[in-house]
Amino acid sequence: MLGVALLVFREVLEAALIVTVVAAATRGVARRGTFVGGGIALGVIGAIVVAVFAGAIGEAVGGSGQELFNASVLLAAVVMIGWHVTWMSSHGKEMVRHMQQVTDEVKAGSSSVAMLLAVVALAVLREGSEIVLFLYGMAASGAGQVDLLTGVPLGLAGGVAVGFALYFGLLRIPIRHFFTATNWMLVLLAAGLSSTAARFLIQANWLPALGNQLWDTSWLLSNRSLVGQAMHVLVGYEAHPAGMQLVFWMVTAAVLFIGMRLMTRHTTARGGGRARPRQAASPEGSRAGRAT
Amino acid sequence: MTRKHWAVGLTLLGLLAGPTAQAGDMPEYELVIRNQQFVPSTLKAPANTKFKVRVTNEDRTPAEFESSDFNREKIVTPGNTVTVFIGPLDKGQYRFFDDFHQDTARGVLIVE
Repeated sequence: MLGVALLVFREVLEAALIVTVVAAATRGVARRGTFVGGGIALGVIGAIVVAVFAGAIGEAVGGSGQELFNASVLLAAVVMIGWHVTWMSSHGKEMVRHMQQVTDEVKAGSSSVAMLLAVVALAVLREGSEIVLFLYGMAASGAGQVDLLTGVPLGLAGGVAVGFALYFGLLRIPIRHFFTATNWMLVLLAAGLSSTAARFLIQANWLPALGNQLWDTSWLLSNRSLVGQAMHVLVGYEAHPAGMQLVFWMVTAAVLFIGMRLMTRHTTARGGGRARPRQAASPEGSRAGRAT
Repeated sequence: MTRKHWAVGLTLLGLLAGPTAQAGDMPEYELVIRNQQFVPSTLKAPANTKFKVRVTNEDRTPAEFESSDFNREKIVTPGNTVTVFIGPLDKGQYRFFDDFHQDTARGVLIVE
């Protein structure tokens, strides 16, 4: 029973941490519960479908289907998070200002929030499909029903509890720093997902490793430990990363950081323009001229 | 959806289209999962060389070939064989296991 509970807990924990960061990042958004709940529901359905077709996925693309599937799911999530954080950089302040009342501006952000719904769905799908396969195997090999009926809820409850604990911890961040914090968490999360995608592409021999183990800090924090695993999800911690993983991590973090900065400046410039009297209209005019 | 949005998205997508390495003539090793155990449970491979391990699952239940020591994980559905590329690794011992049957299915990769 403990074995079942532990495996379910580990997989649920990974998904729960991602869902938690997303839930925090969409704080104050209209119908957020529906979005997050919908994402989880879609993810569970997806997990079952992926588990059923695990054999076929594995055999696809010359036997590298599983790695490519995982890498694609991870990179899709990275793109969606990137989209959201850049969007947030131009709307975050308004969200803070209008925490209580939902404005049109925030509503307009629902396309970005839909992206985060997809991130939730993808996270649940990826971890969930492993749980489904594992449980199927347990059931098929005649594991005791008691083991499954107590182990699964126990593992699930444990993982969800850690997610909630993190969520309420995050809520303690003062509101004016809140979205800055969640945005940074999303950037680190995305960088980590990107690094994991690189690991799958290396495993499939689609990418060179660029040094298989750059360093080894497993003596300090092993990826098998629960803290190591949580850090792996939240910031992409690897006890012994490949060089390519580090490249993916840094490029993703840098691109998202620059994207956030550009959008912030863009918004500030736009706001400033409105406040001050307009300068020469020629740039706008010439741009319009070029467009025709 | 500004151009910058697209630029960020496209750059990230561009990461997908990385260079592909050739499989070439690299050493190949066979592992079988039978009765929720690895056969053989000890595998030897050369140091500083990329190699591949073909894992066949003869059981009727899914397995996941996994190692945190050499950082790999791959599901092996019943009756299927998967290929996992590993290394180049330094000399040493690396543990691997079946994530779904950790009590029984354990093995060691000896790199020398």
